[in-house]
Amino acid sequence: MATVSMTVNGQAVSGEVEGRTLLVQFLRENLNMTGTHVGCDTSQCGACVVHINGDSMKSCTMLALEAEGAQVTTIEGLAQGGEMHPMQQAFQDNHGLQCGFCTPGMVMSAIDLVAKNPNPDETTIREQLEGNICRCTGYHNIVKAVQQAAKTMGG
Amino acid sequence: MAENGIGARVLRKEDNRFLTGKGNYTDDINRPGQTYACLVRSPHAHATINSIDISAAKAAPGVVAVFVGQDLVDDGIGGLVCGMSVAGKGGEVNKAPPRNVLTIDKARFVGDPVAVVIAETLAQAKDGAELVNVDYTELACVVATDGADKAGAPQLHEEVPNNLALDWEFGDSAAVDAAFATAHKVAEIELINNRMVTNPMEPRSAIGEYNSGTDETTLYLTSQNPHVHRLVMSAFMAIAPEHKFRVVAPDVGGGFGSKIFTYNEEAVCAWAAKKINRPVKWTSDRSEAFLCDAHGRDHVTKAEMALDADGKFLAMRVTSYSNMGAYLQLFSVSISTLFHAFLLAGQYTTPAIYIDMKAVMTNTAPVDAARGAGRPEATYLLERLVDVSAGVMDLDPAEIRRRNFIKADQMPYVTPVVHTYDSGDYDASLAKALANSDYDGFAARKAEAEGRGMRRGIGLSAYIEACGVAPSAAVGSLGAGVGLWESAQVRFNPTGSVTVFTGTHSHGQGHETSFAQLITERLGVPIENVEVVHGDTDKGQFGMGTYGSRSLPVGGVAIVNACDKIIAKGKKIAAHTLEAAEDDIEFADGNFTVAGTDKTMNIAEVAFTAYVPHNYPEGVEPGLDEIAFFDPLNFSFPAGAHVCEVEIDPDTGTVEIVRYTAVDDFGTLVNPMIVEGQVHGGLAHGIGQALLEGCVYGDDGQLVTGSFMDYCMPRADNLPSFDVDYSPTVPEHNPLGVKGCGEAGAIAAPPAVINAIVNALGVKHLDMPATPEVVWRAAQAAG
Repeated sequence: MATVSMTVNGQAVSGEVEGRTLLVQFLRENLNMTGTHVGCDTSQCGACVVHINGDSMKSCTMLALEAEGAQVTTIEGLAQGGEMHPMQQAFQDNHGLQCGFCTPGMVMSAIDLVAKNPNPDETTIREQLEGNICRCTGYHNIVKAVQQAAKTMGG
Repeated sequence: MAENGIGARVLRKEDNRFLTGKGNYTDDINRPGQTYACLVRSPHAHATINSIDISAAKAAPGVVAVFVGQDLVDDGIGGLVCGMSVAGKGGEVNKAPPRNVLTIDKARFVGDPVAVVIAETLAQAKDGAELVNVDYTELACVVATDGADKAGAPQLHEEVPNNLALDWEFGDSAAVDAAFATAHKVAEIELINNRMVTNPMEPRSAIGEYNSGTDETTLYLTSQNPHVHRLVMSAFMAIAPEHKFRVVAPDVGGGFGSKIFTYNEEAVCAWAAKKINRPVKWTSDRSEAFLCDAHGRDHVTKAEMALDADGKFLAMRVTSYSNMGAYLQLFSVSISTLFHAFLLAGQYTTPAIYIDMKAVMTNTAPVDAARGAGRPEATYLLERLVDVSAGVMDLDPAEIRRRNFIKADQMPYVTPVVHTYDSGDYDASLAKALANSDYDGFAARKAEAEGRGMRRGIGLSAYIEACGVAPSAAVGSLGAGVGLWESAQVRFNPTGSVTVFTGTHSHGQGHETSFAQLITERLGVPIENVEVVHGDTDKGQFGMGTYGSRSLPVGGVAIVNACDKIIAKGKKIAAHTLEAAEDDIEFADGNFTVAGTDKTMNIAEVAFTAYVPHNYPEGVEPGLDEIAFFDPLNFSFPAGAHVCEVEIDPDTGTVEIVRYTAVDDFGTLVNPMIVEGQVHGGLAHGIGQALLEGCVYGDDGQLVTGSFMDYCMPRADNLPSFDVDYSPTVPEHNPLGVKGCGEAGAIAAPPAVINAIVNALGVKHLDMPATPEVVWRAAQAAG
């Protein structure tokens, strides 16, 4: 076991982990932050996407120890003062979620997408979200949500 | 229309928790003292189990217990059951070979569980499972759908000679033969309906917990139907008595059929929790889900159509195999027979239909209901056959459909395959779909695409489904072990807010919103004062759960029927308070009013009076809380016409869906926003089957497509945005006028896509999934 320390949603945290403990396991099991989900075991589905130092990352793809000292943002850290982040709001406004399981990762990926592409067209949104699988929505309303959020976040 | 009532695009009440990371899925739950289970699974497709040595595993660090199948049998635990039996040729009911929770004698597919290791941590359980030493003798296996009943094929079960679980036929074969004998032309097609892995994004999970003080077992479970899970596990498996057994299905991350069934792992967790007197948790990883979740589809079919000189369908004949996998699941044989064959009339007047279906067992994962369940298979073969028929007759695909449609004025229409369609206007939906898709402008678009070296094609699909499952007497006569009514309880709280308990279960469908809209519409209660509760056998009355697009057509009607009881009782209370005759009380917009006066009482005031009955009508019970059960009078028959337009790069075989137009008849829409979302998701599922998804086993029974890296799920960049529209007709038998929408896209899309591809390439047929390789080869062969 080793000690790992990082900042999650602005709070300094630390915990004891095995070398093989994944970041997503640390978030879910050590910190009981279960908003970040595990939908596969091959880093394909993107349900576990969080932000590491501002970049979207699949938290099943890194060891907890690799996040030593990192600034981590999860879905739980987006809403501020009871107000949803514009991307969260856009997902609700456009019915961009159904069962909700892929949603945390989808939202985290979408925020990074818009941060790096402030005015994405539909093709860009679809290509950039290729690493997040949703079985419910057919992506139609997710694309609309990202388009709305891009306007709100830009303006 | 009440504000936020029926027809309003109300944003979903459930979204906030899902969007802020506060969803409560089974794997998010942890119980005090919890242990973790890891299943030991067969690596062989077919093998005799000679011995299982658990000694090393038991001694491993952190291991609490190790169990094998005999331990459950010795404890009186029953096996998994097939819940719907079907009578085949000569009245012989399907074979239903026994299945132990952990297999004892033989392993029959890769992933078949043979033991469970329970440990303090998941890692220790996995490490312990590595130490279970199972001595197998490998046997030859069979995986081919159309090869399992052949002479010399390896036999899976003693009880199932020739691996033939059911040899079934339906329809008037003499009439069909006679029609073919005199037909002007015959169209025929051989096709494969590819096996799919259902893959909801949330893997299955279960936590069993036992309270020795109360002798109660609780099972947290990824379930579409917690009451049915409790019933099956009590009545047939003896896990715990029904009244001492609570099943909780909290937030569930998609189901699409795969979370209907009773599975080995959850039975193990519920049973072992009592055995070791500690909670036992199991969460599937995705690899296990690929191996062990029930798969869908998997038919190998020949279909023929007899046509007259005008292109009218005279008769249809279908000869087919369906793959059941290694064991029969809850519905298994009924899906490829009853839920398949009874839709073979489609939207057409075909007078004679005959189907011969052989349901075979193979060394593969069990196959059962998956989004659409039998109806996608029927629609695919029929709508492909109709296009081939159009080619044989040199008719436009739209024209041959119009010539054969059941007309709106023929409703109700009795088909030759059991169902009586209650409503529908197929000409209207096709006309709208053709207009919305600019069908007439296709030739110009095709010419333009050819100028760029691209092949452009257009394809139609005119589908019908039977859902809103289902009238209990009807399914009972067909072999179901249960009734398929639904229940609701509408409870006013003393302060005037409403709690609705539904026996259905929402795992993405938005019931918490659309069911609240029903309350707002009927009772005038503001939507923010309505809470919908589902998914806990200790909270709500018995209900049958969610599948077969039944929640609104059946469960929704139960809710409004309970509302009617509330109103009837409310009138008595209001009449007493307002000093009027009960017959003079009118109810509208949440207010009880004495007709022709301004004397009125809001329903919240009535509710308060019912709970504080100081001045109260004689003979009326206190409280305002009503239960209703609704058994539908018929299935519902959503239908529609879809048009798919594709562009194919002949050099790469890449198919791009450039336009997808859906026109559906779902009757009344309660929340159009949610309905559109259901259509989009269904289309993605259907397009996934047509272009991307195919579950492949090697001849050795190993699952080749065992991960998201090998099995191609639809991603955002595989799909277009969709053009969704409606052409509603009213089903008279359904009090809400609703039909169900969750499966339509998955049913309609596959033939629309393949019809478009064969149209583009000028070939007769190609099988799904139409991957770039398949399409490229077909394009090269076609020249």
